Amino acid sequence: MSAVIINNIIKRYGSKKAVITALQGISFDVKQGELFGIIGPDGAGKTSLFRILTTLLLADEGTATVDGFDVVKDYKSIRQRVGYMPGKFSLYQDLTVKENLDFFATIFNTTVEENYVLIKDIYSQIEPFKDRKAGKLSGGMKQKLALSCALIHRPSVLFLDEPTTGVDAVSRKEFWEMLTRLKEQGITILVSTPYMDEASLCDRVALIQSGKILSINTPQGIVDSFGKKLLAVKSNDMLHLLKDLKQCKEVEDAYPFGEYHHVVLKKDGEELLKSYLEQKGYLFKLKEAKPNIEDCFMALMKTS
Amino acid sequence: MKQFIAFVKKEFHHIFRDRRTMFILLGMPVVQIIIFGFALTNEVKNSRVAILDPSKDAATTSLIAQIEASRYFEVDQYIHSTNEIETIFRKGKIKLAIIFPSHFREDLQHFNKAQVQLIADASDPNVANTLTSYASAIIMDYQNRITNDRKLPYTINTEMRMLYNPELKGAYNFVPGVMAMVLLLVCTMMTAITIVKEKEMGTMEIMLVSPMKPLKVVLAKAVPYLLLSSVNIASILLLSVFVLEVPINGSLTLLVAESLLFTLVSLALGLLISTKVDSQQTALFISLVGLLLPTVMLSGFMFPIENMPLPLQVVSNAVPAKWYYTIVRSVMIKGTGFQAVWKETLILAGMLFFFLGLAIKNFKIRLA
Amino acid sequence: MNEKVIIVENLTKKFGDFTAVDHISFDVHKGEIFGFLGANGAGKTTAMRMLSGLSLPTSGHARVAGFDVYKENEKIKQNIGYMSQKFSLYEDLTVKENIRFYAGIYGMSNRFIREKTNEVLEKLHLAAEGDKLVKSLPLGWKQKLAFSVAIFHEPQIVFLDEPTGGVDPVTRREFWQMIYEAAESGITVFVTTHYMDEAEYCNRVSIMVDGRIDAMDTPQLLKKTYDAVSMDEVFLKLARKATRAAD
Repeated sequence: MSAVIINNIIKRYGSKKAVITALQGISFDVKQGELFGIIGPDGAGKTSLFRILTTLLLADEGTATVDGFDVVKDYKSIRQRVGYMPGKFSLYQDLTVKENLDFFATIFNTTVEENYVLIKDIYSQIEPFKDRKAGKLSGGMKQKLALSCALIHRPSVLFLDEPTTGVDAVSRKEFWEMLTRLKEQGITILVSTPYMDEASLCDRVALIQSGKILSINTPQGIVDSFGKKLLAVKSNDMLHLLKDLKQCKEVEDAYPFGEYHHVVLKKDGEELLKSYLEQKGYLFKLKEAKPNIEDCFMALMKTS
Repeated sequence: MKQFIAFVKKEFHHIFRDRRTMFILLGMPVVQIIIFGFALTNEVKNSRVAILDPSKDAATTSLIAQIEASRYFEVDQYIHSTNEIETIFRKGKIKLAIIFPSHFREDLQHFNKAQVQLIADASDPNVANTLTSYASAIIMDYQNRITNDRKLPYTINTEMRMLYNPELKGAYNFVPGVMAMVLLLVCTMMTAITIVKEKEMGTMEIMLVSPMKPLKVVLAKAVPYLLLSSVNIASILLLSVFVLEVPINGSLTLLVAESLLFTLVSLALGLLISTKVDSQQTALFISLVGLLLPTVMLSGFMFPIENMPLPLQVVSNAVPAKWYYTIVRSVMIKGTGFQAVWKETLILAGMLFFFLGLAIKNFKIRLA
Repeated sequence: MNEKVIIVENLTKKFGDFTAVDHISFDVHKGEIFGFLGANGAGKTTAMRMLSGLSLPTSGHARVAGFDVYKENEKIKQNIGYMSQKFSLYEDLTVKENIRFYAGIYGMSNRFIREKTNEVLEKLHLAAEGDKLVKSLPLGWKQKLAFSVAIFHEPQIVFLDEPTGGVDPVTRREFWQMIYEAAESGITVFVTTHYMDEAEYCNRVSIMVDGRIDAMDTPQLLKKTYDAVSMDEVFLKLARKATRAAD
């Protein structure tokens, strides 16, 4: 059985004059026990989708079920069994770590002791600070507390809306390690993020842009479907190199990518490109590159 | 029930950890009662009076001289007819007119009895009250002094008339007024703001996604403010009785019960606002402009409703504080029982169900 | 690239017992893109505030755009631009109104504002949107516009605090192209980011750990020194050593 089934969801905002369609007919399934990533920039519709699935918003069209329950009809049952961590840090800043956790446990009709096993791994890291006010915690610790609170009632499906936004690379990495361990406990996890590099840590991902799904696949599957030749080029004058690359006939797209510029070729024009750059007088280093999710996302953005 | 208690406990944590809010919640009533109490009963100095003295005899001249000599009064002008009183009062500078009869001294000497009329501008009832009592004290003093030399006492009857506000509403009225204001502020504004704060913080999202019933969330938020309001009712009553010496003439139980009813109405209003509003600023604005202002202006606390234009009188009926204010004045100051205020009580109860019903109807189980 | 526009020596900021910034020293050259990295709570924001004249250091020296951070912070503000992910434009003003407002703050002449506004809007392909409210623009455009506004008065240095957070990958690159062009025109760029691939775009990168600068060099040399294939790896190796966890 699928943990989440989404069928042609459409969500519009605004009045008659200026309608913004945040979700333009989205459909996908998430399997039980899957770590599913929804990857896209701000404004892609990630939060709207999460709010519809957590019964906080009503879709204008389409249907969705979570754990077999309809998000409109059975919203009460869904609220009993999902965990949700909204994008904003949403714990009580003036309550201590322990007070927050106890409070959420009671609200969800359980106790901290009952499900301690589930959160032990995460909560033990902040337990030394259990009498500190939540507002005084560091970003990474706040996040761990929020995750503990979202997990305290052992939800069957966990929704994490941009848990790593604004968090530094170290804390992000730790967070994803925690998610991987949680998955082993059999919890289905839906996580959204604007960071493309986090896609590779998911079982499957949906790439989303302007309310539309660009692609749904395993991270490997997405990379494999790139289908064009990708080169990495660098020289001592990266700015002019980029401008010249964009003007080359053989080049479909060129953009900075870390130390190199990535170049998507139209056909197999590698030799032609080399001579073009030599003719322009560049001292350059050119190698073949493996596309990653970000390359795919950009390619899909341009074709859709 | 466990959820509910946990929520109320959490709410008290919020309140007790925010010292500033605590101070405002519990300190404001005390400060207001004291400020109103002392500001309004302050002594009046060098108040301008107008005098109508058709007799112009030794007695009136001597009495006027004494009035002029007191530090409370300053004779501003002599008028020639009672018709002028309206005009000078409307100009605003003069608050009191002293009217002698045509034959003051003769009346005294022949009949041992004379009349003096004091006409006060009672649109500010406290000032009017103070002025007339000072003036009559001076007249009494004069009467006693001239009587000393004689066997048969002279009597000067002072007749007082209050223009614009004949019942002198307002003398002790600030106590019921402040009670209405404080309860409204604490209950309506604070409940609306704290609920909206959860929306702003994003915690409302988690509450909605939790199994706790949304209505329970909102009611649990109201409970601490109900309790705080009880503390405020007690502190206001204690201050009025022991510091300002305003007596509670009626039944204390009835007074407290009516106050709790009004508290509930205010809470319901707070909930209603919170269902409609998404930012703390808007909640604050609506509470202040939409509620506090009408309460101050239209409850009869500052300005007598009888003297307002008809449309405003009609509007004032929709202000809950007006009814509460009437009840408290009756019970606390006039000392009447429930039979005198059952109508107002019924109206407040009706308002409670109306606002609560509307709040529940508007309450969203989702974000939008 | 020899003129130094930021000179920092032993700059320190203490809040009570807590040393947020601990004796940091570095120079930034004219036209350089200087990446200022660090984990949350490492002290980046505090350091940036001192350099932009918003907060006084506890000890140490720093000159920004030729002015002393202790005595001449008003002059510093006049000569720098600032943009962050949070601080953006006024959503309820139009594109042109925003430009005019910010340029007005820096005392630009009306004629200069008019001419340069057209130039900027042309370049951003926003010429048709000049009279639209900023809130109607997509996020990526807003960020590019905010950057253009931050350098509108042609400051010597522009401070960018996580300018590309949440922006789509295509716009993110367009944004960096604007940064390159600004640097080429002589504006020094001081930038923080959580995207480690963006660290590679910088001429030099410093990495703050627990209030100190633990590493500072070109991305290539940093990768070599720390035996890493990417800046991400360099950052993780350094930041994992952090002992403090404040925000």
